[in-house]
Amino acid sequence: MPKVTYIEHDGTETTLEAASGDSVMETAIAGGVDGIVAECGGSMMCATCHCYVDDAWIERTGTRSEGEDDMLESAVCEVKPTSRLSCQIAMTPELDGLVVHLPEEQV
Amino acid sequence: MRDMELIEGHRAITPPEGMPVWDVDPFDTAVLSDPDAYYAGLRHRGPVVYIPRWSVLALGQYETTKAVFSDHENFVSSRGVGLNDFRVGDPWRPPSIILEVDPPDHTRTRRVMSRALSPKVVKTMAGMFAEAAEQLVDELVARGRIEAVEDLAERFPITVFPRVVGMRDVDQRILVDYGACVFNSMGPDNALRRAATARAKEIAPWIMAACARERLTEDGIGAMIYADADAGEIGQDEAPLLVRSLLSAGVDTTVTGIGNALYCFAANPGEWDRLRAEPKLVRPAIEEVLRYTSPVHTFGRTAGRDCEIAGYPVEEGTKILCVLGAANLDPDKWGDPDTFRIDRRPMGHMGFGAGIHGCVGQNIARGEMEAVLTALARKVARIEFDGDAPWRPNNAIHALDKLPLKLIPA
Ligand code: HEM
Ligand code: FES
Repeated sequence: MPKVTYIEHDGTETTLEAASGDSVMETAIAGGVDGIVAECGGSMMCATCHCYVDDAWIERTGTRSEGEDDMLESAVCEVKPTSRLSCQIAMTPELDGLVVHLPEEQV
Repeated sequence: MRDMELIEGHRAITPPEGMPVWDVDPFDTAVLSDPDAYYAGLRHRGPVVYIPRWSVLALGQYETTKAVFSDHENFVSSRGVGLNDFRVGDPWRPPSIILEVDPPDHTRTRRVMSRALSPKVVKTMAGMFAEAAEQLVDELVARGRIEAVEDLAERFPITVFPRVVGMRDVDQRILVDYGACVFNSMGPDNALRRAATARAKEIAPWIMAACARERLTEDGIGAMIYADADAGEIGQDEAPLLVRSLLSAGVDTTVTGIGNALYCFAANPGEWDRLRAEPKLVRPAIEEVLRYTSPVHTFGRTAGRDCEIAGYPVEEGTKILCVLGAANLDPDKWGDPDTFRIDRRPMGHMGFGAGIHGCVGQNIARGEMEAVLTALARKVARIEFDGDAPWRPNNAIHALDKLPLKLIPA
């Protein structure tokens, strides 16, 4: 199963194994990562699952999905070129080892 | 259209070999008023059950319900999310251009709506919600004994939602009834639906008139939608239909959410104490209310092509009831689903649906519920039942008919 590492704002690192097809958000919630809230459960309506994809991975995670830019405007922390909604990144074998950084706040 | 047998305006199907068959009427008023045994029966029989009464499939186990409800490629919304198949008969009103469409049409209208209803926009309303809640709760606490459906659950959204949309016309009865009509019309041709159709005839003209550009203020969500029409993102003729969607989907639902929340806290005083002690639990408490009571209990899909559910073949044109209320109480998913726990954090509950059609108004719904519960938690020590609280049967909505309460001041 592909692994993903979350680096929270205070530096806490958590590495989790993702069930196939689960999103980076779902994996974080299942593993109890505090830095992701995901109030809408992945309907792309809340922007509380904001993450910054590590520079080394930005090519492989691909581009933002339809409507994701709009919803990112509601994120409470700064939106950078590496910003994604973690509910929109599905874990695949190619993403094994993915690293994402979490913002200071989600709500 | 080819020759086929129709039932409730959709193709009658032959159930696949081996699929459990259950002779039940999910839209019987007794079931709608007290659905728990039906939910359990559905989950118990299997992941997918054939219901001969309306010649439909029904899903109640969490995993299958969620999978089918969010699989918009196989299970389409454009043929109606009720029992009628829009492909074989005329819908009772021009279909919704967001709820009752598929991509790519859906993508376009959804984008306009999700921008207008985004967390950023809703945050600007929080102050107005809080102030309105404060005022209303003060008045009701002074009264002490209330009928919470009309006095609170209906009155709050009717106070704030028209302001959110920017409506110049407000009529509590019409606005609440219109939602109920839309939802009742998703069921079979039963007494509820017939009454809804009759009532809808009377009030639909009022609703459509209220959606017109000149009936809207310039600072509301309605105006944002018209601005997107001016920018060419949607057609000029589409803007009033999206405003109509706000009125069909945004009033009766939140009325139900607020009423159901009060019911949960009256029935679970320990959880009320907990919320008062820890006001930050209000957001997870809202999710738990939605999971526990499923204000939208059932919505349908239509198989857009021959496909499968849980290993059974499903033929194109099959209507499938996704019983969100049953999925939200599935012990395999939730462990102890019948316990109301405000700190459960029921991630993935189906109260707002799932997938691309997941409720686009959820930020407003949460904002309204949060304002009401926060004001009450500050001012009310106990919420007590003051008489019977019967449920009001509706083909898609699980709402209280009456909720007599005593509010004991803090
Ligand atoms: C507690 C309150 C609410 C509940 C329980 C609720 C529930 C739902 C559910 C279950 C769906 C999914 C329908 C489907 O997939 O077929 C939905 C969709 C929708 N809701 Fe809500 N809703 C609520 C409040 C609101 C509000 C306040 C608005 C408007 C401001 C709204 C507007 C909509 C619209 C337009 C859709 C269609 C979205 C689409 O098809 O993309 N809802 N809602
Ligand atoms: S979980 Fe809500 S936008 Fe990602």
